[in-house]
Amino acid sequence: MPWRSGRLFKTLTRKHKMIRVLLSLVWLVASVGLAAAQDLQTVLQTHAEEVASPSRNSVSIVLDDLAELGSPQVSVFLEQWAERNIWQNDEAGLFFIGSKDGDVITLTDVDSGEATTAPSDGYTQLRPNGGVRRVIGSALVQFQLTDPDPDRRRSALESIGRRADASQLPLLEASLEGEAEPAIRARKVQLINFLTARFGAQTDDRVAAIESLSADTSVEARAVLSQILSTSTERTDGEPSGNIARVLDPSSDPAAFYAELVEADLAPPLVSPSDIRTALEANVVDGRVGDVPTARLGSDAARAEAYAALAADGRVPPLVSQSDVAQMLSRFTFYEKYDEADPTVTDAARATMDAVETRVGVAQTVDLALDGLSLASIYFLAAIGLAITFGQMGVINMAHGEFIMMGAYTGYVVQLFVPDYTISLLIALPLAFAVTFGAGVAMERLVIRHLYHRPLETLLATFGISIALQQIAKNVFGTQARPLTSPEWLGGALVISDVIQISYIRIAIFVLALVFLVLLLFILKKTRLGLEVRAVTQNPGMAASMGINPDRINMMTFGLGSGIAGVAGVGIGLYAQVTSEMGANYIVQSFMTVVVGGVGSVFGTLAGAGLIGFLQKGIEWLNPSNTLAAQTYMILFIILFIQFRPKGIVAPKGRAAAD
Amino acid sequence: MSSLLEMSGISKSFDGFQAIKNLSLNIGEPELRAVIGPNGAGKTTFMDIITGKTKPDKGTILFGDDNRSLVGMSESAIASLGIGRKFQKPTVFEAQSVRENLAMALKNPRGPFSVLFYKKTREGAARLEEIADEINLTEHLTRPAGELSHGQKQWLEIGMLLAQSPRLLLVDEPAAGMTAHEREHTTDILKRAAQTRAVIVVEHDMEFVRRLECKVTVLHEGSVLAEGSLDHVTNNKTVVDVYLGRTDVEN
Amino acid sequence: MSETHMQPRTFIARNPSVLYFLAALGVFTAIVTVLSDATGAGLISTSFVKTLGKTLCLCLVAIAMDVVWGYCGILSLGHFAFFGIGGYAIGMWLMYARTELIVAESLAGQVIPPTPQEISDAIGNQIFGVVGSSEFPTIWMFADSLFVQLALVVLVPGLLALVFGWLAFRSRVTGVYLSILTQAMTLALALYLFQNDSGLRGNNGLSGLQNIPGFEDSGQDAISIAFFLASALALALGYVLFAWITDSKLGNIIQAIRDDESRVRFLGYHVESYKLFVFTVTAIVAGIAGALYYPQAGIINPAEIAPIASIYLAVWVAIGGRGRLYGAVIGAALVSLLSSWFTGGGAPNIDLGFYVVQWVDWWLVLLGLTFVLVTLFAPKGIAGVFDRLVRKS
Repeated sequence: MPWRSGRLFKTLTRKHKMIRVLLSLVWLVASVGLAAAQDLQTVLQTHAEEVASPSRNSVSIVLDDLAELGSPQVSVFLEQWAERNIWQNDEAGLFFIGSKDGDVITLTDVDSGEATTAPSDGYTQLRPNGGVRRVIGSALVQFQLTDPDPDRRRSALESIGRRADASQLPLLEASLEGEAEPAIRARKVQLINFLTARFGAQTDDRVAAIESLSADTSVEARAVLSQILSTSTERTDGEPSGNIARVLDPSSDPAAFYAELVEADLAPPLVSPSDIRTALEANVVDGRVGDVPTARLGSDAARAEAYAALAADGRVPPLVSQSDVAQMLSRFTFYEKYDEADPTVTDAARATMDAVETRVGVAQTVDLALDGLSLASIYFLAAIGLAITFGQMGVINMAHGEFIMMGAYTGYVVQLFVPDYTISLLIALPLAFAVTFGAGVAMERLVIRHLYHRPLETLLATFGISIALQQIAKNVFGTQARPLTSPEWLGGALVISDVIQISYIRIAIFVLALVFLVLLLFILKKTRLGLEVRAVTQNPGMAASMGINPDRINMMTFGLGSGIAGVAGVGIGLYAQVTSEMGANYIVQSFMTVVVGGVGSVFGTLAGAGLIGFLQKGIEWLNPSNTLAAQTYMILFIILFIQFRPKGIVAPKGRAAAD
Repeated sequence: MSSLLEMSGISKSFDGFQAIKNLSLNIGEPELRAVIGPNGAGKTTFMDIITGKTKPDKGTILFGDDNRSLVGMSESAIASLGIGRKFQKPTVFEAQSVRENLAMALKNPRGPFSVLFYKKTREGAARLEEIADEINLTEHLTRPAGELSHGQKQWLEIGMLLAQSPRLLLVDEPAAGMTAHEREHTTDILKRAAQTRAVIVVEHDMEFVRRLECKVTVLHEGSVLAEGSLDHVTNNKTVVDVYLGRTDVEN
Repeated sequence: MSETHMQPRTFIARNPSVLYFLAALGVFTAIVTVLSDATGAGLISTSFVKTLGKTLCLCLVAIAMDVVWGYCGILSLGHFAFFGIGGYAIGMWLMYARTELIVAESLAGQVIPPTPQEISDAIGNQIFGVVGSSEFPTIWMFADSLFVQLALVVLVPGLLALVFGWLAFRSRVTGVYLSILTQAMTLALALYLFQNDSGLRGNNGLSGLQNIPGFEDSGQDAISIAFFLASALALALGYVLFAWITDSKLGNIIQAIRDDESRVRFLGYHVESYKLFVFTVTAIVAGIAGALYYPQAGIINPAEIAPIASIYLAVWVAIGGRGRLYGAVIGAALVSLLSSWFTGGGAPNIDLGFYVVQWVDWWLVLLGLTFVLVTLFAPKGIAGVFDRLVRKS
């Protein structure tokens, strides 16, 4: 393997062996009970001068000896040293880890970790400069990479991941051999690969490392590639040189390119209208600028004339005309140059990047589809209750959104009493169903029953209920959003890759939607209730004459539709905020879902929710900065869609549909 | 008697159910024609197709002297050509007066602006009085139509049809729910109307049809089963079978 | 009995309620004007004159709603959007012209007179600074012309209603479907306006509309009474216009459409054209009402256009009584004035001992429930009760 060949690696390995030998010696000496082993303080005292005021060169001697000592306290000491937390006793010259609080300093022994306090005036803080601290830092990484504590090793790798530089490569390679933990080892191999791609000494090694990244869509790997491909814009009046990424066309944005020339002192600055104005104002003499009276200076032409006169006198810099700009730009070639000088490396990185981007594109499409799916599930859940009341009974329920809200608040109240989130969720789901089922039945009995065959008035009456319920919720629960916390096992996301991930809550909502789909189909197609509901929908008179009580069926149907809204409310509350207005946010979308899908069909609602969910995500993807615009276009689309399929995707069939 | 309406080869099915099957029919002008048939024979769909409410799957309908095709035209355009329809259930505008109901039906320009700026004319008023007299509602012109008796509503609707001055009148069960006296008057109105135009009456009541003294068309399962005088068709064996409920007539 | 006896000839003679209404409105207007600050009487504050003037505009949009819903049977949940569009159209001119005056004044003190470009930039900065821009969006192309913006007050709602109505009616979307579709239109418009790059200052909306350019020297007391009178005049004209339309034969047709659309079709009327006519005319009147309302309100923002506002409009008309123009006026005036009384803290709170009912919080609950009760027990609204009393006497 290529990284095994480094010379430094060998040195380090040798040191490593020495450390191990030394360690065993220390252990031997200590266990035999002979003289105390050489401790950290002793080593530090040996180099007291270098420790107290280190330079970049002298510090390495100290670090070498500390490396040989190799006790766990060393890395603690190095950390504190770099953090400027080491204090020296002025008289004895001993070093301590210290933290100053007023006049008192808390001192920790560098070897034993014993803490004492002392007045601070006898101690001096060590203040290594930035260069020294960097050296200490990288030595520290070396210690941490081989630290016996796996957590320290992990945090060292994390810091390398965050701030990679060339010097870490040999250290990583050196630490690889002794690594026993498979996960950490794998991470080390991965980081070595990243570092080799960026800093490897041999072009072949680098190209190989780069090409090995072509299947890696992680953000980290893409960052490595884009760092290799980083460019800077250059300009020249001769032939461009170096590893050129591309030549730029200055006519695409002349102002910006000219500004670049100005910045580089290659061209005189443009004179802006406000510059002209300032210059003219500064040169008013007796109410005139040049020959032009100030009263005439309210037009651009007059100002140009006056300014030209000033420029001719040399009192202001001359105007730079458009043709000057064009001429200037034509003299220069603008190009982007890779910061990496080796074209073989950048070509490989470019090709790999293209391959990775294709993969990322595919992954993003999958991710988008998953997003669309989860949005569709939410719309389905929100709308399916409505589809039942609207589709089976022809009743418009404007308070449907408020039933969703009631369900969500039920979940919130349950959580106030039952602290365990899993149990409270299990209680909340059926309870929300019961609460909204009851509310739905009450509403049907008290209001809607009297308004059958007057659909517009049902719409208005239920709207009145909706206003009242919303305001009552506001009065009871206040205006701020209430949390509906999901259990821990629903936190987090299913991460398939850096691009594709989907939160567990959304998966749960998808499952909930699926459960309701199956449950509803079962109720409508396989149960006595479903049969009666369909009978009443098709011909209430006939159904009644066959012994079905349409009153009871209407009540049950309405209760069922409302109950589902309540359960949907718990689901929606888990990922969105619970406010008194949350229902209102879903009502129009829900109606759209039902209408687009085709009234009176569970599958229609499913199709409607799917269409709207996917379409909304698609539009958001095309115009990611603006979800408001996405919703606007979405609604416009629906209005147009209804023009062409007024009965929805799954149109009701039969003779009745011809009316 | 020239031909006013020619239907040929009309078929229409709903979701697999064949409501009208290869139906052909000719109506002259003037003519009074009764269409009878058992439930489900396709009488209502037959009228829906002529008036443009339902589009036929295939077949042609030609109307008038210049043989305009009615297939694909809107209901209002067909009505403007001169085809009036009375529904089975009397549908008059109950919130408005009898006069307003009749005035809306009067043959006049139908565009929104000409209606907005419409001024009552002496001829219009005279025509209105004439129709009101014909349908026995002169006394009730200012009453809301909703206050009329069932029979009076039926007459009002026929009156609205007459006010449209149509060339073809489609009348669905005009005598339903009427007293014997009212029926007699209705028969007179229809017979008189048929002196100058074509009138198609769809009816169940054989007694009523007999009194119309006209040619009868029997529909069954979406096509014409028999045609001729009432005596002729009632003596037809297949017609008798159909009305007695035998289903194997075709075989 | 000959027919000439039963049919009064003139429009006014057939519709005495129009005269009563105009008389009542005239008396009301005169009283308010005399008692206002503008005449020095000071019995009615300027802010209350504005409230009354705004209420008159709401009455105007309410009668438009009544014609489209109560007479023609189209429960439009979009007419408040047309109202808002009218407000935006006039608001653009008000804001532009006033900012132009301010900018001209501030630039006038400089040694060198400003160029037209400098003035335009400064105005753009003033108006669009809040949304991080200084460019004039295309839709402000005519903002400097009062005449064009006044034309837009009529044209934009009219054209929008025409296009939307044409699409909706031709595909025979009716009843609750149509209501939902109009609500969707309203929501789309509101969401569009909420965006910062809509060109209409996003959720900041247009403000400072109470300052009328060219009338800096007149106080708000005089301006408020002028707008109050203009609103009263507009309401009077709108009332007469709609009374005339509903009394005409077209009025009969649209009521017939409300009661049985397909029957009207078989009479030979092209129902869609009639609906389109009514939808568009009422949208235009709504736009005009909005153009008079927002200079009195001083500010317009997208929240005003949200679907809920259009639903409230339906609530007013339903409570007042559908199918009667004066019903719509009663409903709009009563509910909107009561609403500001209750929510403005004017109504005394009720102490139940264990709970204090604060009307600021509970007014909407009361309104919602009242609305349910009216729908259930008094479908003809207050005007229906009125009618019954008149008929009894």
